[in-house]
Formats: sequence, structure tokens, C-alpha cells
Amino acid sequence: MVNIQLPDASLVKEYVAGNEDALAKLIKRHESKIYGFIYSKIPDRDITNDIFQDTFIKVIKTLKSNSYNEEGKFLPWVMRISHNLVVDHYRKTKKMPMFRETEEFSIFSIMSDDSLTIENKIIADQVQMDLQKLIEELPADQKEVLVMRMYQDMSFKEISESTGVSINTALGRMRYALMNLRKVIDKHQIVLTN
Amino acid sequence: MAKTYSKKSLVSQTMKPSKETISFLLGYSKALSIIKIHDKSFEIISN
Repeated sequence: MVNIQLPDASLVKEYVAGNEDALAKLIKRHESKIYGFIYSKIPDRDITNDIFQDTFIKVIKTLKSNSYNEEGKFLPWVMRISHNLVVDHYRKTKKMPMFRETEEFSIFSIMSDDSLTIENKIIADQVQMDLQKLIEELPADQKEVLVMRMYQDMSFKEISESTGVSINTALGRMRYALMNLRKVIDKHQIVLTN
Repeated sequence: MAKTYSKKSLVSQTMKPSKETISFLLGYSKALSIIKIHDKSFEIISN
């Protein structure tokens, strides 16, 4: 008995016409070539099975929607689909490594953001403005020392040289400035926290 | 006695997709029908 093997193009035609067995024959005929090709690129049985499956899902959809027009070149066409899916796989896994959130690992444990939130930034600005208003109310000599020390970052030696008073006087003025600020803050119950 | 010098094929004979994959594909193919209406195609999967 002579075993006649139908060419791929005929099986494709039969399948498009509704013969589901033709697809089984096509898969049987080419499965090891296609599977081997994918496995040569991705040596992982599970991923290879997935890509093999996705390849034939595309093949089935294309054939069933009558969009296939490469008669006689069935295998190279399927190989091209699987090649594209292999490329897609590497694009997904290599370029964009994926971190899954688990109970033991959270992506936020290795990522940090030290900057203030918008709300905290607004509060900090508000505190600064309130404090500057209070400083404006201090006696001129105390205000001068406090501004030089806190905002211009000058040492008490520099302040004493610049204002023409002794270091002890500058220190005393600073002390009174802070005491006066505290008094005003307590008296009016101003909250200066962030 | 004649010796066989040819090496064993390194290519695995089991380079085949799993049975589950094949049966899924054949089942999917049987269940899927695509209908084209006015340049739009609709995929219908029957259970």
C-alpha cells in the first residue's frame, strides 16, 4: 500500500474548508521542527510549550479568518511567527525585568523617596513664613543676631566682629531672642511643627 | 562482530510539545469560529 502524503498547501485548504483533522496532521508533521526551533532559542520546556501554543493560536486565527495567503510556504510562515514570539519574549523579560510583590519582598523596600510630599512641603513653607513673622516682631538687636546666626550661618565670633559687640553679648542676645520667640509661641499657642 | 562507530544522535527524540498543549490547540481550533461582518471580525468560542 502506498502512503501518499498530502502537501501542506492541501492540508491548509482542507482545514480552511472545515476539516479539523487537517490541522492535527499539520501540527503532527511540523511539531518537532517548530518546538525544537523555539527550544533552541529558549531552553525552557514550559516557556517553549507556551510559545508553541501561542504560535499555533495565531496560525489558527489567521487560517480561520481567511487571512492566510502564503500557499506552499506553511512551515516558514509558522517559523516566522514563532521567531517573532521568541523576540517578544526576550523583549519582555530582558529589557523590563519584572518584580512581583510578595509577602517577603516589596519593591518599595528597595525604592525610597526622601522628598517631602506636596502636603508636607506646603506645611513646611507655612511654618517658615510664620516663624519669619515672629522674628520680625523681635527687638532689633536680638533679631540681628538671630538672623546672622540662623539664616546667614555666621559664627558668634563673626557676629561679634560684624556688630561691634562682644561674643558674650551676641550670645546673650541670641538667648533672649529664642526666649522671646518661645514666649510669643506659647502665648498665642502657635503650632510650628511639620 | 561488526562494530558500530556512529555516535548516538545528540538531538533529543522527545523534542515535542506536551500532549496538553496539542489537545488544547485542537480543542481551541474546534471551538473557535471567526465571522467577518463589514471589515470587522468577531471571534466566537463555543463551549
